[in-house]
Amino acid sequence: MAGSTTMATTSTLSLHQAPGAKGGSSATTEPAFVCWLLIGSALAFLTLFLFVPLVAVFVEALRKGFGPFFAALVEPDAVSAIKLTLITAAIAVPLNLVFGVSAAWAIAKFQFRGKQFLITLIDLPFSVSPVIAGLIYVLIFGANGWFGTYLQDNDIKIIFAVPGIVLATIFVTFPFVARELIPLMEAQGSEEEEAARVLGANGFQIFWKVTLPNIKWGLIYGVILCNARAMGEFGAVSVVSGHIRGLTNTLPLHVEILYNEYNFSAAFATASLLALLALVTLGLKSIVEWRSAKLIDADAPTENIQK
Amino acid sequence: MSISVHNIGKRFGAFTALDNISLDFPQGELVALLGPSGCGKTTLLRVIAGLERPDEGKVLFDGEDASRRDVRQRQVGFVFQHYALFRHMTVFENVAFGLRVKKRHERPSNAEIERKVHELLNLVQLDWLADRYPSQLSGGQRQRIALARALAVEPKVLLLDEPFGALDAKVRKELRRWLRRLHDELHITSIFVTHDQEEALEVADRVVVMNKGHIEQIGTPNEVYSKPATQFVYGFLGSANIFHGRIQEDGLAIGDHTLPLDAHTLESEVDGDAVAYARPHDLEIIRHDPANPDQEEGGIPSKVQRILAIGTLIRVELENPANPLVPIEAELTRGQFDELKLEEGESVIVRTKNVRIFPKIDYLANRVSV
Repeated sequence: MAGSTTMATTSTLSLHQAPGAKGGSSATTEPAFVCWLLIGSALAFLTLFLFVPLVAVFVEALRKGFGPFFAALVEPDAVSAIKLTLITAAIAVPLNLVFGVSAAWAIAKFQFRGKQFLITLIDLPFSVSPVIAGLIYVLIFGANGWFGTYLQDNDIKIIFAVPGIVLATIFVTFPFVARELIPLMEAQGSEEEEAARVLGANGFQIFWKVTLPNIKWGLIYGVILCNARAMGEFGAVSVVSGHIRGLTNTLPLHVEILYNEYNFSAAFATASLLALLALVTLGLKSIVEWRSAKLIDADAPTENIQK
Repeated sequence: MSISVHNIGKRFGAFTALDNISLDFPQGELVALLGPSGCGKTTLLRVIAGLERPDEGKVLFDGEDASRRDVRQRQVGFVFQHYALFRHMTVFENVAFGLRVKKRHERPSNAEIERKVHELLNLVQLDWLADRYPSQLSGGQRQRIALARALAVEPKVLLLDEPFGALDAKVRKELRRWLRRLHDELHITSIFVTHDQEEALEVADRVVVMNKGHIEQIGTPNEVYSKPATQFVYGFLGSANIFHGRIQEDGLAIGDHTLPLDAHTLESEVDGDAVAYARPHDLEIIRHDPANPDQEEGGIPSKVQRILAIGTLIRVELENPANPLVPIEAELTRGQFDELKLEEGESVIVRTKNVRIFPKIDYLANRVSV
């Protein structure tokens, strides 16, 4: 069922693209050798910089065969790194989901003072280097930081512990959901919400029955991106984690440690896990994009169906 | 339910959308709010619905102050300009929405909801579309579904914002007639906003002409068209020839000519510089006839510039001696035209059968300054 829908969507899309892709007029067509040169160099570039590294990860990971590969993944430190990565994502993503939806809702549907400031603030994690983001948390919660003494007195560990890693990850993945939703919700306007209100729906019903279904695909897309970043974040997490093996190492940090110890096959085995995650994410993302493209397609007015 | 608004004012920043508006909408009437875009008509509608909070003034429902009542308690049906159908729900679910969100003890049973939705879909003659999604409907169908959805909660008032604005001319005409019939069946107090004078005159019991946040005239379609209270209404409803001139003892001096005015018109308070309005069908075209010079008196000598045959009417554009850029427009029936056998370039005399005089001031000047 799902398969057939996807198929149908793909064919519609290709139909739509056909005129632009194939039917270029002679005025916009280059001589053959220019075409080949451009296409060739683009392909060479993509192969060299994107495809080869991806393949290299898997080749290096499996260089010593499947045995060492799996051994590297079930080794206790690796398992704890996987666990920590999953826990971090499991906390950071839902929090940013809730935050992103509420921020987008507020920004897209209401006018208020300081709106521009809020938008800029949401973008901050995009413009600040992740290492600096990590350092900020060290400065605030570290032993010599603002709250350092208080935290020590009360025996609360944030830096060089799991809470610090979660905080840094939340900071870095802050904008993904909100950024995805704001333009979408702004484009949709609030007429449907107003209609629901006039029909007697309360705020919760409006959100649950009208707003959420309309932003569903954009939201999923934002969550996928947010999750990918949460699992893959290195810089910020590296600063606050303290690299304690088996305790505060996430997958990317684990890869780095193994690599620095010249344990290449284990490093690449772990890296391949992250690469696999990236591929799955991209796959999901494409499916979501197809889905939402289909919705946009269906939104196009079809005046001639009448009667 | 009758509605009245008292001294409603609403500003958006420096822009005054509504300026001290007071109006009554009697029970069961279909009233049109008519005016150009930006005149405040939609804002007024949204204030009545409760979607917009006025800066000052009161909204009364059946004489009770409803200003503080939330939208949800006002029991109004609102039809949005762009329909605002829930795009992820079927037509059936769209219409059922208002019933499904009711509180548990007020909510009808599923069977009851189903019966009611189909009844409404039958009312708008679209029951066969129940399982479709809004994106699969034409504009006219969407509009009717939006109406059915608004009626589902049994509103006491129906408010329609430019209900036919986004439709093509033919569908628009059909829907207009259909809306009128529906109103006659349901007798629910209805207010609709439009910038289309034809729509307002054809559908409404009463027309409220608005401009720049205030009311220009309230009246039946016939009243506002045949007895415009202000220059604005004259110019907005139907086309008009405008003559600028000066009031004299016997008439309005326009350049070298004098437009004769009857004693009654002359007695009105207008003095000095004035503007005369005349509808194209209130102009008469005659030929110079040496045997009968009397009938030429008070006529403006002119020349036929263009003749346009538009359906049953013939529009004749005549040279304007006072302003060569804006021709005088006259409308003749085909019968009159065939009798006259006018030709382009021919010299004729134009006489006015019915003119309205307004003091020459404000309207245009105001428009420029604001």
